[in-house]
Amino acid sequence: MTQELEWLEETPSQTAGPFVHIGCIPTFAGIAGVYPEDLGKSPINDGAAGECITITGSVFDGTGWALRDAMLESWQPDAKGYFAGQVDADPKVSGFCRFAADAGTGEYSLKTIKPGAATMRTGVHAPHISLWIVARGINIGLSTRVYFEDEYNDADPLLARIEQRHRVDTLIAKKVKTGEYRFDIHLQGDNETVFLDL
Amino acid sequence: MSSNNNTENDPLIPRNRANHPVVYDPEYKTSVTRSPKLPLLSMESTLSEETGPVFGHNLIGELDNNLISNFSQGAALAIGERIRVHGRILDERNRGVANTLVEVWQANAGGRYRHDRDKYFAPLDPNFGGCGRTMTDEHGYYEFMTIRPGAYPWPNRSNDWRPMHIHFSVFGSGFGQRLITQMYFEGDPLIKLCPITGTVKNQQQLDRLIAPLDMKGSRPMDYLAYKFDIVLRGRRQTQFENKPQGS
Ligand SMILES: [Fe+3]
Repeated sequence: MTQELEWLEETPSQTAGPFVHIGCIPTFAGIAGVYPEDLGKSPINDGAAGECITITGSVFDGTGWALRDAMLESWQPDAKGYFAGQVDADPKVSGFCRFAADAGTGEYSLKTIKPGAATMRTGVHAPHISLWIVARGINIGLSTRVYFEDEYNDADPLLARIEQRHRVDTLIAKKVKTGEYRFDIHLQGDNETVFLDL
Repeated sequence: MSSNNNTENDPLIPRNRANHPVVYDPEYKTSVTRSPKLPLLSMESTLSEETGPVFGHNLIGELDNNLISNFSQGAALAIGERIRVHGRILDERNRGVANTLVEVWQANAGGRYRHDRDKYFAPLDPNFGGCGRTMTDEHGYYEFMTIRPGAYPWPNRSNDWRPMHIHFSVFGSGFGQRLITQMYFEGDPLIKLCPITGTVKNQQQLDRLIAPLDMKGSRPMDYLAYKFDIVLRGRRQTQFENKPQGS
């Protein structure tokens, strides 16, 4: 026998289930009047510096069907690459947003400002938005990142770790027109999105 | 949302995936087409995971943590067995996670959710919405009042039932600590029959999702209590950091 370590183990995740909206975005679920508004309605306030952008996409299952019950959360720094709470961060950028796949079409949409490149221990990370995806059938929330095709991504330390270079493309939002990007997430299949364990 | 004055942006302890449910489980049919097949990309956490949204206590309304009365805003009480659920949010270093947001949602006493897509014929309770939220105190304690949710059938195998459960969503101080889980009730015979609870293959870990009846935390002639602690990922702290590039 040895001495015992004193760490606790993380509580196991469980699926968010099909009714996650009730707890996280009740107004979206038709439950009005309990909270004044849903948490994380927007990651920015009026006057946030930077380019306003909209990212639209769907979360596809292994059969190519867009999930109608997915809920997503995003987290990002401001246009200069500072996260809320860091010195010099833009006070108009909370950086956090919650949004859901449309119950009819399965499409989600995120309106925000384009984040700046951020300096971290591992180097300068290209502009990106972190996404966290939960839904029925997803037993532990899935993490990924949205990068942008019109930014310089070649030196990004995370993208650099992807061995199969063609898979890098699964993390790059495609520019549809000025200020509009498309980012589809594939849970399985030929285009399976790179999911992260950080 | 208040500003984040958390200066503790230390690296997160890598997640031990063996503590979590398997992602692919044919007994839980929806997971078959929704589970990634390829390995996750692992590396040390970055600021994107070490920072996260911070919410202030001013977010929380007076009735937010009382599911018995928050849907009617105090006008009437929900039907069901009154319970108090309380516990601590901790990190892997056994420290309370202070001032963090805890959100819950659940079915009513008959096992029915207030949601368009819930077609179960148990009736809605006109005085029950099913959502609640609270913030932990400076030691990581939280509590809320609710009614015991009913078990409910769900389309999976031909006769699957969810044990009584409350869904929990917890933040922590970094986006990489984000966790959604479910609390079960001590003694519920449906726990061991449910394919969703069954996705947690480590029995010790599954047991940690089962809240014990807490008679000392109850109130005579009013409510029973259940205790439910949640452990989030912790942060690594060491003076012996290698700083290879430019820092
Ligand atoms: Fe449920």
